[in-house]
Amino acid sequence: MSLMQKHAVFERNSIVLLVGILIVVAIGGLVEIVPLFYLKSTIETVTGMRPYSPLELAGRNIFVREGCYLCHSQMIRPMRDEIERYGHFSLAAESQYDHPFQWGSKRTGPDLARVGGKYSDDWHVAHLTDPRSVVPASVMPGYPFLKEAPLKADRIAEDMKTLRLEGVPYTDEDIANAEADLKAQVNPDGTADELVGRYPKAVVRDFDGNPAKISEMDALVAYLQMLGTLVDFSTYDDKANLR
Amino acid sequence: MAHEEIDKVTGVATTGHEWDGIKELNNPLPRWWLWVFYATIVFAVGYVFVYPAVPLVSGYTTGLLGHSQRASALADAEAGKAARAEIGQGLAEASLDQIKADPKMLEFAMAQGKAAFGDNCAPCHGSGATGSRGYPNLQDDDWLWGGTLDDIHTTITVGIRSTSEDTRVNDMPRFGDDGLLDAKQIRDVAGFVLSLSGGSVQGADVAAGKEIFAENCTSCHGDDAKGSHELGAPNLTDHIWLYGGDEASVINTITHAHRGVMPTWGGKLDPVTIKSLAVYVHDLGGGT
Repeated sequence: MSLMQKHAVFERNSIVLLVGILIVVAIGGLVEIVPLFYLKSTIETVTGMRPYSPLELAGRNIFVREGCYLCHSQMIRPMRDEIERYGHFSLAAESQYDHPFQWGSKRTGPDLARVGGKYSDDWHVAHLTDPRSVVPASVMPGYPFLKEAPLKADRIAEDMKTLRLEGVPYTDEDIANAEADLKAQVNPDGTADELVGRYPKAVVRDFDGNPAKISEMDALVAYLQMLGTLVDFSTYDDKANLR
Repeated sequence: MAHEEIDKVTGVATTGHEWDGIKELNNPLPRWWLWVFYATIVFAVGYVFVYPAVPLVSGYTTGLLGHSQRASALADAEAGKAARAEIGQGLAEASLDQIKADPKMLEFAMAQGKAAFGDNCAPCHGSGATGSRGYPNLQDDDWLWGGTLDDIHTTITVGIRSTSEDTRVNDMPRFGDDGLLDAKQIRDVAGFVLSLSGGSVQGADVAAGKEIFAENCTSCHGDDAKGSHELGAPNLTDHIWLYGGDEASVINTITHAHRGVMPTWGGKLDPVTIKSLAVYVHDLGGGT
């Protein structure tokens, strides 16, 4: 039996084939996945990143629930056209607290990684309620019920506990104050010092234009308005993180 | 192999597999396919040396080319900026009036402004810049915060009721919500306001409305109700209404007040792009 014929051993014995596959896949994983956990250049630290505030987290849950990621990516790729349209390319650290991440793989609508602050709250509310009222050519479905639906916030602390298991650094204090923080962020007349202390750069506003109710719209707009706003790129050193 | 069997019809060896009397021929792989397969292996070996490939203990092999996706993207973006800076002939240093006066710079600014408008402004102001309810039409000659080149440039840079420290801001009182005027007074003053542009409100006492207007509204909208660009107060004597000019809309505006927000673009867009946008928007419907 010549060397070229040795593969017959794998082809004629399913257990040997299975073991062979396992070994090959294990080598692939060892070479491609394991280094991501220890190589310094793949674990860049970026100042400004913080876990989502409870209201933003609730908005993110709605974003995931409604499947926004099916049409909107949150990943600006390192290419000139993307940088010019959307801003600085996305950094791995910017989705470090995303479980699951929302990078997406399809853009029927535009990328949302840096949509925060690009439009007004009113615009977002009008656009989510009836996209064609502001963008006539849009093919996005409307989500008019978000404004009517009261935000169910009683489980947000549980949510944060679960995320903590996955490595998001929520403190006991964060979790204990979750509901209070959530309410504080939609109440521009209250004091939000504690909230902003825990979640720097958190924007406190009545996002949906209806101060009487905390709606799902409040949460979703709060989330959209903070996307990509945490890292200050005027102080970010590109050269230190080239690869 | 020991039990090799030659198929009689084709003269090719069989694999020894048999299903219901049908035997599998042991034909070799097509030559072209096999060579392409070998070529990919050779290519992979070359790739490992030329491009970043193998993870090491504290780094990775960077490859002979020293390729970096991030570095090349940033270099591309810089090259784009440089190319534009050259064509724009120092748009960065030129004043807005100089840009407007120089045909070459103007052509460039208009092209860049149009592209930037489509990306950033069209979602609210419309791709034709004609606006919609709550979002001003930029094609007409009616401006809230002024329609000169400098006014437009400032508005784009700082935004309106936005996050910038220097943002343009005014707060029309919520005359109804905050109990400053009662329903009858609001109806009267709405009647007076609409009478300025030839409209009317049912059951409104225009004379009483005029007095209410003089007491409450003139500090911003002016004695002649023609508004003020410094304060961002709209002209109430024309037929252009940001939030609707029918009876119900005007009463609604006086009762609840609208406080529209335009984002701050300074810091988000580079200064040259903002200049180009100012020139482009001024060209649409700008004036004095």
